[in-house]
Amino acid sequence: MVSLSWLMALSAAIFVIGVGGFLTRRNILVMFMSIELMLNAVNLAFVSLGSRLGTMDGQVIVFFVMTVAAAEAAVGLAIIISIFRSRETVHADDLTLLKW
Amino acid sequence: MLATIIFYALAILTVGSSCIVVFSRNVVYSTFALLGAFMGVVGIYVLLAADFVAMVQLLVYVGGILVLTIFAVMLTQGIADVTISNRSVGLIPALVIAVVAGGVMAFAVERTHWHLAASVTPSPTTYGIGNAFLGDYVLPFEIASLVLLAALIGAIVISRHEARE
Repeated sequence: MVSLSWLMALSAAIFVIGVGGFLTRRNILVMFMSIELMLNAVNLAFVSLGSRLGTMDGQVIVFFVMTVAAAEAAVGLAIIISIFRSRETVHADDLTLLKW
Repeated sequence: MLATIIFYALAILTVGSSCIVVFSRNVVYSTFALLGAFMGVVGIYVLLAADFVAMVQLLVYVGGILVLTIFAVMLTQGIADVTISNRSVGLIPALVIAVVAGGVMAFAVERTHWHLAASVTPSPTTYGIGNAFLGDYVLPFEIASLVLLAALIGAIVISRHEARE
């Protein structure tokens, strides 16, 4: 029986790694992967708490997070490929069209 | 005891793969390390007796999102310039923000007194999840299907070539 503190610590560690990756990387694809890591960490926290508190709600909410992640993956990657097709770059620093 | 050893192995796999995802200079390595991170999380779900969530994680993340990401990486990166395409900037502010976020989370976990259930006997979770989806959570469930439909149509509209006129 793994203690809840370790599970939450693991979840927090993955989340922090995701935050660091999102802030330091300038490749949109790696930023996207960091977001997926953060969503995974949140899912892990939900499932751990649901399991340790003896409730099913944690596992149900994970499905809604997964829905959002799947929608984000489909639309986000479509946008990335579309940007790459028209501008030939995946660097966040080069994509300044919406800046004024 | 055995569960603890398996947990540590899975934790090392997950955190190590996550570090490779974030810190690797090569986008292709990052993408394939994402597989290790997702599989480690699947293993921890199995360890927590969340069987259905583990299978859905495997199908949606590994079978769907990861394959889609690999497609995107292969479509956008030239294989030749893949190593120079991932420079990092703003290391110090990012480090500060990450440390602060991690500290706040560690503090919250340490200070909260959870009302832990006595001891949960592992049982199949599909029954409870199905009941929850068609009972308490029926409205979010239906809205989620609409979100997925919108995302599906949006992805097709965004990524296809313009074929008008």
